[in-house]
Amino acid sequence: MSTLVKNIFRFILFILVQVYVLDRIHINYLVTPYIYFLFILWLPFNMSRSSQMIIAFILGVTLDSFRHNPGFHAAACVLIAYIRPFIISILIPQEGSDTNYEEPSAKSMGGFVPYMVYVGTLTLIHNGWLFLLEAWQFANIWYFLIKTLLSAAISLLLILATELFFNRKQKFRTNTI
Amino acid sequence: MNEITGKVSAQYNKAEYYLQLKRTNDSLVQANQRLYNKLKIDFDLPDTTSKIVLDTIRIDSLTQYRKFNYLESKVVYNSVTLQSNYIELGRGANAGIKKEMGVVDVTNCVVGIVTDVSDKYAVVMSLLNKDSKISAQLKKAKDVGTITWDGKEPNLLQLTGIRKSAKIAKGDSIVTSGYTPTFPYGQLIGRVEEIITDKSTNNLTINVRSAANFYNLQFVYALEDLKRDEINKLLDKVKKQDQ
Repeated sequence: MSTLVKNIFRFILFILVQVYVLDRIHINYLVTPYIYFLFILWLPFNMSRSSQMIIAFILGVTLDSFRHNPGFHAAACVLIAYIRPFIISILIPQEGSDTNYEEPSAKSMGGFVPYMVYVGTLTLIHNGWLFLLEAWQFANIWYFLIKTLLSAAISLLLILATELFFNRKQKFRTNTI
Repeated sequence: MNEITGKVSAQYNKAEYYLQLKRTNDSLVQANQRLYNKLKIDFDLPDTTSKIVLDTIRIDSLTQYRKFNYLESKVVYNSVTLQSNYIELGRGANAGIKKEMGVVDVTNCVVGIVTDVSDKYAVVMSLLNKDSKISAQLKKAKDVGTITWDGKEPNLLQLTGIRKSAKIAKGDSIVTSGYTPTFPYGQLIGRVEEIITDKSTNNLTINVRSAANFYNLQFVYALEDLKRDEINKLLDKVKKQDQ
């Protein structure tokens, strides 16, 4: 499957799962699990930052139009698409690893720990920014913090489960073309 | 955009609606029961000494006019888990649904207000929305306040703007005030669950358990106020005179 077809397929699947499965869940009237932004985390290494941000914007706007929100998710998605390359360049183990593999995973990022740091940081940023925009106030800061932390934890759990269920085959490519 | 998401949601709702048939049917039976109990045939005169007399002097007693019209619609998308929840209806401008119409569920309890309309779909701002504000009244004490939602627990609304001296008890009914052309007077919003006295203000904050169950909405009615244009015209005229 080519990268384009694979990503279009993922896009549709993530949006449908988020809108019709996860949005119905409300744990303890506090936390709704989020997983759709895993699409952005799984985008290939070799994309330019601007095209990543445009794709992230389309993803966010699609979810927003399903929920009739004024662009909260679009803003959060564009933010993590912007930050993503910085975090990858910090965490990548050696020069050239991002050209040997196609997209971020535990294998291509040189171990489970760096990959989870990458996923965890972006999850926290996404959820924090999203809830901040939704509430647009700091009146109840503990509520906001607990909500962000708990939802990030549950998102991470879901992402971990997704990684274990769907084993993405990562071929080793040499950079000598 | 509404058209696209509406189409996808309508497809999904076909499956969901089938799974919820039982609960939907139960709520329709309840609504029917309420209506049957309002039939004139169910009421009897207290004793034989009193009888109904038709007042023949009253002018206009026969020319009744209809003020509100109920437009039935299917719900295709509904959420309760977000901070700002919207409901999407499977009918739009083609079926006569307009902006700012009130929406009630099958048991005639308030659900929300129409905020956006396309040809075949309409978007309703649910009561479970941080921006939702609906004028409400205590049915017994007659005090008027505003119904809002703090974005925490679904089906638990907040009534603000009620003075502390109001006679209010747990379980009192909260109904629409009829001060806006969106809802007629007396449509049930919910019942008082908890009364919170805040020392910093003169007003009570009251937690209200909503009468409509937002977890199971399959059919709703949009309320068309047939006198709305007339009222709005009059208001505009008065506003112009003031300027």
